[in-house]
Amino acid sequence: MKKLMLGNEAVARGLYEAGCSFVSSYPGTPSTEITEYAAKYKEIYAEWAPNEKVAMETAFGACLAGKRSFCGMKHVGVNVAADPLFTIAYTGVNAGLIIGVADDPGMHSSQNEQDSRHYAIASKIPMLEPSDSSESIEFVKQAFEISEKFDTPVFLKMCTRVAHSQSIVVESERVLPEQKEYVKDGAKYIMMPGNAKKRHPIVEERTKKLTEYAETASFNRIEEGSDNTVGIITSSTSYQYVKEVCGDKYSVLKLGMINPLPIEKIKNFAKSVAKVIVVEELDGIIESHCKNIGVNVSGKEIFGLIGEFSQNIVAEKLGEAVPTGEALDEVIPMRPPVMCAGCPHRGLFYTLKKNKLTVLGDIGCYTLGAVAPLNAIDTTICMGASVSSLHGFNKANEGATDNKTVAVIGDSTFMHSGVTGLINIAYNGSNSTVIILDNSITGMTGHQQNPTTGYNLKGDPCAKIDLEALCKSVGIKSVRVIDPYNLAQCNTVIKEELAKQEPSVIISRRPCALLKYVKHAGPIKTNTDKCVGCKMCMQIGCPAVSMENGKIKIDNTLCTGCGVCSQMCKFDVFESVKEAK
Amino acid sequence: MQTKNIMIVGVGGQGTLLASKLLGKLLLGKGYDVKVSEVHGMSQRGGSVVTYVRYGDKVYSPVIDKGEADVIVSFEMLEAARWVEYLKPDGVIITNTQQVNPMPVIIGAQEYPENLVEKIKNLGIKLNALDALSLAELAGSSKAVNIVLMGRLSKLFDFSEQEWINAIEQSVPEKFLELNKKAFRLGRDYEV
Repeated sequence: MKKLMLGNEAVARGLYEAGCSFVSSYPGTPSTEITEYAAKYKEIYAEWAPNEKVAMETAFGACLAGKRSFCGMKHVGVNVAADPLFTIAYTGVNAGLIIGVADDPGMHSSQNEQDSRHYAIASKIPMLEPSDSSESIEFVKQAFEISEKFDTPVFLKMCTRVAHSQSIVVESERVLPEQKEYVKDGAKYIMMPGNAKKRHPIVEERTKKLTEYAETASFNRIEEGSDNTVGIITSSTSYQYVKEVCGDKYSVLKLGMINPLPIEKIKNFAKSVAKVIVVEELDGIIESHCKNIGVNVSGKEIFGLIGEFSQNIVAEKLGEAVPTGEALDEVIPMRPPVMCAGCPHRGLFYTLKKNKLTVLGDIGCYTLGAVAPLNAIDTTICMGASVSSLHGFNKANEGATDNKTVAVIGDSTFMHSGVTGLINIAYNGSNSTVIILDNSITGMTGHQQNPTTGYNLKGDPCAKIDLEALCKSVGIKSVRVIDPYNLAQCNTVIKEELAKQEPSVIISRRPCALLKYVKHAGPIKTNTDKCVGCKMCMQIGCPAVSMENGKIKIDNTLCTGCGVCSQMCKFDVFESVKEAK
Repeated sequence: MQTKNIMIVGVGGQGTLLASKLLGKLLLGKGYDVKVSEVHGMSQRGGSVVTYVRYGDKVYSPVIDKGEADVIVSFEMLEAARWVEYLKPDGVIITNTQQVNPMPVIIGAQEYPENLVEKIKNLGIKLNALDALSLAELAGSSKAVNIVLMGRLSKLFDFSEQEWINAIEQSVPEKFLELNKKAFRLGRDYEV
């Protein structure tokens, strides 16, 4: 039966049908739903690991045990997992192992636009790249076949438009391969120099064989066109844009495997057309390969290196007709994402701003503390960078910034890679103050459990990391908990901790306002007669608070009754908020 | 048949995804090739959101580009104005007249433009503007704005009312079914 299926759900379906039994991932847009959907199959063991390195090593262990395994992450997650990646490329696998990676051209939800195809080339691991949901299912199966046939982990590369678009699939039954026996084999799995030196030539030989395989594999296919003045080499979502614009006009070499790339197939394709254009998002990976094998192509000088494509971009660059529409001659205010009404981060960030602190930020919903009117964050780099860079910043300033600089990091991000930075603060002794924003969930990626929440991916109760005890055990003596809905408490505790001559951790604790179990007090009531229009309550940047005819107005559909705005008011406009039961 | 393009635009949290899922199910059931594209993550936090629904004999691209949309269904007035350029010359806009102030307007850095309905009509665009929020509240919940708008959208299609109701049944929880059916009819019967 035909079904409409999200690309990421289709990857999970492929895992199910291919007999994958083990999934370990770390959430990250646009990869998250693969693992969430995989967890819905009772036949698949699925878990959230604390970070991508742990996920990859865990999945490797599971494949070593003899079961087909998968780990999923976003493009920047591969940076975290790069250490095991380059060495499991040498050891190869026992049962099949797929590394799912989702790139984000256009940076819908990412801090950079890195092209993960470089990792496939650098680590010498094959990479398949589907262009829709149906291929996502099919390529998972092929990836496991390749993994086991060529004794290698295999990348499955998604991008935002493939991961987050629904297209039609046909489901089939699960075929479960027998669990492979684990056989002790030091020469294959113990990568100390003597053994690794013998594995490296095997890897190079494997790439040669995979290149031969790429010449005839069905996923690298030629679609003949009627006009041979131009031939197009493309893959992934770019293939869809090319077909949308050109239909069957030009011949297309559609590449399903992006590493290693075929040689003869490309040369022969080039001979069949007058000129070749490579259409690929981000870096010129296919283009460089073509040029290396002596095939003259155009690519990046036409299409550039930046952002995602669309059919109109491809049409314009290929000299085809471009549809146009008429815009309003009007300044349309931007609508950037904002912290939700009732977000526990708001009160904390207002306090940091009020105290004019330098705030080293991290990755999560709280990155929104950087936008107006809070403007409270100075840096956002990568997972965990807030804590480590605070240590460097304070050390380099030799005490001059200790009392006016903090790091802010979420609970999940702290588990991911913040705790190592905190260990460094304790070990190398900087007088730094780290604020853990504990909203009891991984927020931005859409509410995933993590080691601090007490629940696992399947929603079952499990061990819960005690953040206070953890921070104390690594050597931080001063650990305090505050409620970010209480502005006075936030202000007092932050000032006190910054004044101390020792490292400290403040845990700002309040569950995400969007969590289903969180009960809200309900919209706050106001007495607008008392409002003088001073706009103090608007400094917190709550989307539920606005001004109408010079008086405060609460949007009752948004307001949760957190009461942070009422603490800003000196004129008794707000009625007191009762704690929700 | 040439591919048809429907854009669903609004503010993160308004229920645009449910509308696109409903449309996807309906169109798949009618035997079309269908693609639906969503954006998750960062943009869901009260930001401007857009979903693309495309259907026809064979659909390639999952997105809709400028000048391509046959219909834009907007959950909010400013968002209708923002995406006007994506409409085909003979395209139709169905919009909720509700105004949700974005943060630059809330903090006074920018003004919410006035008379957007007139300004869009002045471009010669067919505009169906309705107060979908009031109709949704009349049906029983402000959250049913998406289904009210689907009701209005259904008038542009030849599909039977029952086919739409079937798609609603597949898309909303049973306990909200009656409410949503009412919301659908209020949108469908609304005279612009």
